Amino acid sequence: MNVIVCIKQVPDTTEVRIDPVTKNLVREGVKSIINPFDAYAIEEGVRLKEKFGGKVTAVTMGPPQAEMVLREAISLGCDDAILVSDRAFAGSDTLATGYTLSKAVAKIKDYDLIICGKQAIDGDTAQVGPGVAAMLDIPQITYVRKINDVKDGEITAERSTEEGYEVVQTKLPCLITVVKEINTPRLPSLKGKMKAKSAVIQAWKAVDIEAEPDRIGLKGSPTEVWKIFTPPARAQGQIFQGEAQASVDQLVDSLKGLLY
Amino acid sequence: MIDYLLTEEQQMIRDLARQITDEKIRPVAAEHDKSEKFPWEIMKVMAQSDLFGVYIEQKYGGLGGGVFELCLATEEFSKGCAGIAICYSASALGAYPIILFGTEEQKQKYLPSIAKGERLAAFGLTEPAAGSDASALQTTAVKQGDHYVLNGVKHFITNGGDAEIYTIIAMTDKTKGARGASLFVVEKGTPGFSFGKKEDKLGIRASSTRELIFDNCKVPKENLLGKEGMGFIAAMKTFDMSRPGIGAQAVGIAQGALDEAVKYSKQRKQFDRSISTFQGIQWMLADMATEVEASRALVYASAREVDAGKKNVGVHSAMAKLYASDVAMKVTTDAVQIFGGYGYMKEYPAEKYMRDAKITQIYEGTNQIQRNIIGLGLIKESAR
Ligand SMILES: Cc1cc2nc3c(=O)[nH]c(=O)nc-3n(C[C@H](O)[C@H](O)[C@H](O)COP(=O)(O)OP(=O)(O)OC[C@H]3O[C@@H](n4cnc5c(N)ncnc54)[C@H](O)[C@@H]3O)c2cc1C
Ligand SMILES: Cc1cc2nc3c(=O)[nH]c(=O)nc-3n(C[C@H](O)[C@H](O)[C@H](O)COP(=O)(O)OP(=O)(O)OC[C@H]3O[C@@H](n4cnc5c(N)ncnc54)[C@H](O)[C@@H]3O)c2cc1C
Repeated sequence: MNVIVCIKQVPDTTEVRIDPVTKNLVREGVKSIINPFDAYAIEEGVRLKEKFGGKVTAVTMGPPQAEMVLREAISLGCDDAILVSDRAFAGSDTLATGYTLSKAVAKIKDYDLIICGKQAIDGDTAQVGPGVAAMLDIPQITYVRKINDVKDGEITAERSTEEGYEVVQTKLPCLITVVKEINTPRLPSLKGKMKAKSAVIQAWKAVDIEAEPDRIGLKGSPTEVWKIFTPPARAQGQIFQGEAQASVDQLVDSLKGLLY
Repeated sequence: MIDYLLTEEQQMIRDLARQITDEKIRPVAAEHDKSEKFPWEIMKVMAQSDLFGVYIEQKYGGLGGGVFELCLATEEFSKGCAGIAICYSASALGAYPIILFGTEEQKQKYLPSIAKGERLAAFGLTEPAAGSDASALQTTAVKQGDHYVLNGVKHFITNGGDAEIYTIIAMTDKTKGARGASLFVVEKGTPGFSFGKKEDKLGIRASSTRELIFDNCKVPKENLLGKEGMGFIAAMKTFDMSRPGIGAQAVGIAQGALDEAVKYSKQRKQFDRSISTFQGIQWMLADMATEVEASRALVYASAREVDAGKKNVGVHSAMAKLYASDVAMKVTTDAVQIFGGYGYMKEYPAEKYMRDAKITQIYEGTNQIQRNIIGLGLIKESAR
């Protein structure tokens, strides 16, 4: 079973600052890490490999420094790593990122499953995974909290919903995005770290993945960020206590008060 | 800390052990200290990170390092919890006799699973009537055909009950005294081999310490390590190799306590200022730091000497164990002092370091016995 995990390099803080003028994320001077949700994706990929054999390939689109998270992915058990990097990708939004990654995946070709994190802690859109699946025209299961079974070219997984969970079965190859509940990521191993140090990371440019120039980078990114704000906190609710009939009356009265 | 010019690989070991300590050990140390529950979940993490194999040759699945690499990991773990650390390093104590005296076949059989951390090892010498005086052993091993039959009781055995592979010293010929002892590998599950109760201890409470009971326990003759009669000397050679590890445990405990003391002294305010501004506290901290560094230097030097394959390393490894453990006891007691009344409370980290430090002056030979070894060594040397 061959697995591709898409990992993103993100600033090591949930307190991402946004430039008030350009409305872009301020990345300078912040230590970079593997997007925390992608650590669960790596772990799940490595576990599948340990169970079924095959290999795990980590892919990231990012600047040359993103190679660091790929080496970390190898120390955590990934076999191969590909850095998709080109000045032409600069300014990609989720659409362009999804497109670029889908072209990279298409070049890798031989895979059964793609695993992405639920979302990136900086961009937070949760759109890239679904975007990649759509562009590859393969099925997707988002917010996976457990893989129940993989057999006969099919995968069965539990996806978290606000109310509980759904059990979804679909054909491979497919793409899943994973939530924290799915596993506890391991720490790196010494052998993995040594392998990571000497590993050769393949670097692919736009031409290598045959990306159409109009669909990548700023050109391929229709998103315009107009305004970024923190939504106002929800007002405190009100609890009516005491005898049932009396509190219902109180509730009805106060609702009426809101209407008129 | 002095720059000990670690290789890149050694730095990786230290960094990874530190990461495990900070992320996995520290959060559960107090809980294990209270419950005395064996830290299997941490053993699994250490195993998955390849740390059980740092001192084992590559051809047996290890990383090809030595005692020094084991010391680096043990020191880091001990900063977070010396009890959890000893579960790790006692496995090496059990494996050393196999490394030192095992045949190729015996090494192939036992070392790979120890290196992977799939199976823990333990070392069984001490008996109720044979502590410092290891020549008073009562446990016997009588050869019968293609087996040895073991009878007797070992006590205070670290990893007892939780380990799978035990190296055991027993008397094959009582009439020969110390020259009549032999070394065996006994696997858990061998009929006639059982465990007594788990001891309730002052410190290193995450580790298990149990009796090993041999009742007509039949061990295949292939499990004899080395030759008959070599047991006592084998035990001494094992300790020469393992004592820097106890030193490293002591350095870790002392460093852990010192770090907490420095942090606390900056936070705690009396007389309108941090107690760290008092010279009386600063001088205590200065002495503590100096002694910890001195013991680290001694431990590292002796570990490197063992790894370099020097002969007669016994005196130096005894010095490393002796000095580092005495320093650990002093430094942890001073750390409690710096914490004042809070230091006496279990809610704060200082008292556990002090309780954990004490054992390093006792096991693998009490510090009185270390002084005997060093003293005798001096006298022998001067007679040459
Ligand atoms: C408010 C805002 C500001 C932005 N500012 C900038 C900016 O300053 N500079 C800039 O270049 N872009 C910027 N972007 C674009 C954004 O960083 C990209 O769209 C990003 O690559 C993907 O979006 P996301 O972070 O929401 O990922 P999500 O869709 O939340 O990520 C889901 C999963 O997709 C995978 N994934 C996502 N990105 C990658 C990747 N690059 N490589 C491999 N796998 C990946 C991971 O598995 C991840 O867990 C901004 C976007 C927004 C919404
Ligand atoms: C938590 C724990 C874990 C242990 N783990 C192991 C293990 O894994 N394997 C194992 O084999 N053993 C283990 N031991 C046993 C340990 O090594 C012995 O307890 C130790 O060697 C001392 O023996 P004893 O307890 O019989 O003390 P004794 O030998 O009775 O000593 C009592 C006192 O007399 C002193 N003394 C004795 N002889 C002399 C002398 N000649 N000169 C001066 N003073 C002397 C000692 O220093 C000590 O202060 C462990 C012990 C403990 C407490």
